[in-house]
Amino acid sequence: MTTTPVPDIAAEQAEVPASVSERARAERRLGWWLAGPAFVVMLLVTAYPIAQAFYESLFQYRLTDPEAREFIGLSNYGVVLTDGVWWSAVGVTVLITVITVAVEAVLGFALALVMHRALRALRPLLRTVILVPYAIITVVSAFAWFYAFDISTGFVNSWFGWLPGISADTNWFGEFGTSVTVIIASEIWKTTPFISLLLLAGLAQVPDDLQEAAKVDGATWWQRMYKVTIPNMKAAVMVALLFRTLDAFRIFDNVFIMTQGANNTEVVSFLAYRQTISRLEIGLGSAVSVLLFLCVVLISFTFIKLFKVDLASARGER
Amino acid sequence: MSRRSATLAVAVTLALGLPACGGDSGPPTLTWYINPDAGGQAEIADRCSEQAAGEYRIETSLLPREASAQREQLARRLAAEDSSIDLISMDPPFIPEFAEAGFLADIPDDVAEAVTENVVQSAIDGATWKDELVAVPFWANTQLLWYRKSVAEAAGLDPANEPVTWQQLIDAAAQQDKYLGVQGIRAEALTVWINALVASAGGEVLTNPEAPVEDVELGLQSEAGRQAAGIIGTIARQGLGGPGFSNEDENASMLQFQGENGSFMVNWPFVWAATLAGVEEGTLDQSLIDDIGWAQYPSMVEGEPSRPPYGGINLGIGAFSEHVDLAMDAAQCIVSVENQAYYMVSNGNPASNTEAYEDPDVQETFPMADLIRESLEQAGPRPKTPYYNEVSTGLQNTWHPPSSVRPDSTPQEAATFITEVLQGERLL
Repeated sequence: MTTTPVPDIAAEQAEVPASVSERARAERRLGWWLAGPAFVVMLLVTAYPIAQAFYESLFQYRLTDPEAREFIGLSNYGVVLTDGVWWSAVGVTVLITVITVAVEAVLGFALALVMHRALRALRPLLRTVILVPYAIITVVSAFAWFYAFDISTGFVNSWFGWLPGISADTNWFGEFGTSVTVIIASEIWKTTPFISLLLLAGLAQVPDDLQEAAKVDGATWWQRMYKVTIPNMKAAVMVALLFRTLDAFRIFDNVFIMTQGANNTEVVSFLAYRQTISRLEIGLGSAVSVLLFLCVVLISFTFIKLFKVDLASARGER
Repeated sequence: MSRRSATLAVAVTLALGLPACGGDSGPPTLTWYINPDAGGQAEIADRCSEQAAGEYRIETSLLPREASAQREQLARRLAAEDSSIDLISMDPPFIPEFAEAGFLADIPDDVAEAVTENVVQSAIDGATWKDELVAVPFWANTQLLWYRKSVAEAAGLDPANEPVTWQQLIDAAAQQDKYLGVQGIRAEALTVWINALVASAGGEVLTNPEAPVEDVELGLQSEAGRQAAGIIGTIARQGLGGPGFSNEDENASMLQFQGENGSFMVNWPFVWAATLAGVEEGTLDQSLIDDIGWAQYPSMVEGEPSRPPYGGINLGIGAFSEHVDLAMDAAQCIVSVENQAYYMVSNGNPASNTEAYEDPDVQETFPMADLIRESLEQAGPRPKTPYYNEVSTGLQNTWHPPSSVRPDSTPQEAATFITEVLQGERLL
């Protein structure tokens, strides 16, 4: 995609703050009119529930016993943060997030390259094929993986019995290591297409003339990859990683279906589910949810500040 | 507030075009929330609608498959005072929680008397909270010891005539190199097993279940708790539960029992109907049926009877229903002896009314019908507390994986953990 010079309105306005022209003011007003409804909807569907969750988290409140509801300040947070169960869930969630995102980034990049290089005739078919796992509902894919590895109904043990460490009696969901391996594998299978699509968009942004210039200068394939392709799509890579990390940190379905948190595979979302939905402890559960939300904010903040991810440039706006 | 929300609810109902209860056309409709089964409850609903001769009509609405998910859905809707819930098929352990929260309509004395006549004691206990009948006993489940006659004979045991102990089963399975059918999965099935072992050893999981939550005391740190932990840990560490023991549920136990490594199994009577169906379909051999025997649930102490697990379904009447009186009538129709016998024969779920066991069809389909009835009379309930979910999940979290269960530490850890969870000091 070639970049067309776009007049930078925001910069212009910043330069002339004192005398805002009639036209600029009208544009600004129009901007608010256009964005306003979306802004209000966002407030309603995100800010309100978050505020409500924070409010509820200050109470000891059980759904089946509303009369005993009592304001207890921040003690729910104290209970959560001093409990080993919470920290173990955070540890497992981070482990799953780091491994899935790292593997998906490499795999997704390879798939993006394949799609990028594929013959024009093959490209639509290839994209469809790669997208299929992403189109499957997570619960369905979790069940598919669960039944494939299940000791009594699964086929994995009999198909891969020749591999060392796998036999007819391998109980995949019997211990932490193997359970987490299946959960991670299923997660990777399911969401690699997402990351590869974002990376494909990034690849398309790398100017061809730079590639050709490097080729003329005698750069090898690897050199072109490291010096030209990747630096030019850094923004797309970072956005892809950010989105996937946020997504991976909130993992729920696979754990819920495959292990129900057995063998220490409990993740943070599952903990929130158990307190709020199973125990009906709205207060404690809200505290876990708010903490989960803060983790997600922290991840976004780290990505944006530390790695200087520019969301606008990824869309080719700058 | 409540009038406004009621108006709003009506407006929404009308806007969505849903059939409003007690509309102008036809008799009032009662909604019966049922657990998934083989179609028996829907058939009973039709029969009772017909019998009501225009007084009411029963419509069924399906709940999720897992009992825990059924509870989650019902609790949220009842907490919002959902008036569309007239009749509820409830798993007994959750009845105290619903009763305590005021989700269940009071059952008048005359109805209570009528629906407990000739009913097995465990089912009456399961429908009672704080000495009041709060639900109508429908069907009652219990576990039996199922065994392969060939294996028992080779091990020199005759469970049908001489009650066996868990230790004998462990020794027999180890000696014959076979697997025991027990449920080691981190799910309700594990709680059922733990509770039956503790109760059979003369103990209790909770010593004062009706006390306020901050005073509830656990009885696991007893000799009974120690013995129960010993049995579970031994079976796991000796590999007697089979390779998939730590995630083996009732169905997996049955499949293993039907296979060549099967020996003894504790399980609900559905396994009999399922095995017969397997033979009919040709997936299982006829010789298997002839090799299967059944007996009273194994005991912990030689010479003392066991306390088998109790399960099943009782009918609750929604406290916010607009037709509580009609729902009472409907519940009595649903649990009639004929309907219970029909349900047992067609869906394999044992009746709670002893008269249903006299039915010739029941006797023919279930050669062990009398044993089931006796087992139900002895069965012990799981802890009856409004905090059942916490207690059960707490047990599952501390007694899993089964290979980690140690008689000297696990019961104590479980007791401490559950107490802290109940006091609101721990996450679950």
